[in-house]
Amino acid sequence: MIDYIVAAITALLLLVGALFALAAAIGLVRLPDLYTRMHSASKAGTVGSGLLLLAAGLYSQDPAILARAVAGFIFFLLTAPVSAHLLAKAAHRSGYDLDALSVRDDIRDR
Amino acid sequence: MITPAAIVAVASSAALVILGLALILAVWRVVAGPTLPDRILALDMLTGIAIGFIAVIAVKTGFSLYIDIAISLGLVGFLATVAFARFVLSRGNITSKPSASATNGNTQQRAGGKKR
Repeated sequence: MIDYIVAAITALLLLVGALFALAAAIGLVRLPDLYTRMHSASKAGTVGSGLLLLAAGLYSQDPAILARAVAGFIFFLLTAPVSAHLLAKAAHRSGYDLDALSVRDDIRDR
Repeated sequence: MITPAAIVAVASSAALVILGLALILAVWRVVAGPTLPDRILALDMLTGIAIGFIAVIAVKTGFSLYIDIAISLGLVGFLATVAFARFVLSRGNITSKPSASATNGNTQQRAGGKKR
């Protein structure tokens, strides 16, 4: 019985994580400029790969492996905002403008 | 009666197909991205999708050592994105013309220059 529950949760996590990664990739293609693409890729992409790691840790049914997968997920959650913020700051400072659809740019007072 | 292994096998095959679609879309953004930061962002996304692939392979084959590989790939991807962002920063402002560097470019170069 416990095998069926673990298998069902693992299958659910696998499908949801892969769909999050697909949503992030679709946003990466469809959104108009760098900053909105970053909003898609660094949030949904992190959750997607994190859920897949969690599925791999859960399916092994070993606390040590699950702890490593959770540690990896937390590491991704900590590093993704840092790298996205650094890239956005660097791009904005070196003159890559927001899309014409954007209504507000607080750094440049527009 | 369906065995638990069969459920996970079907789900992991479907996840591999979906991740393959996501990989193709991200590669399209790397090739077509109009600016350099777009390409850097798409490479970061490719690292995330590769981590997902490795996790699905870990479920499919049962080798839990793949999770360590995924964690170290995440570390390398974070460092690569940070290094690329520093490169974009140190390249300076793309909108300032080279001829205007004597008058106006000095302050702009300090704003995006190598000192930070």
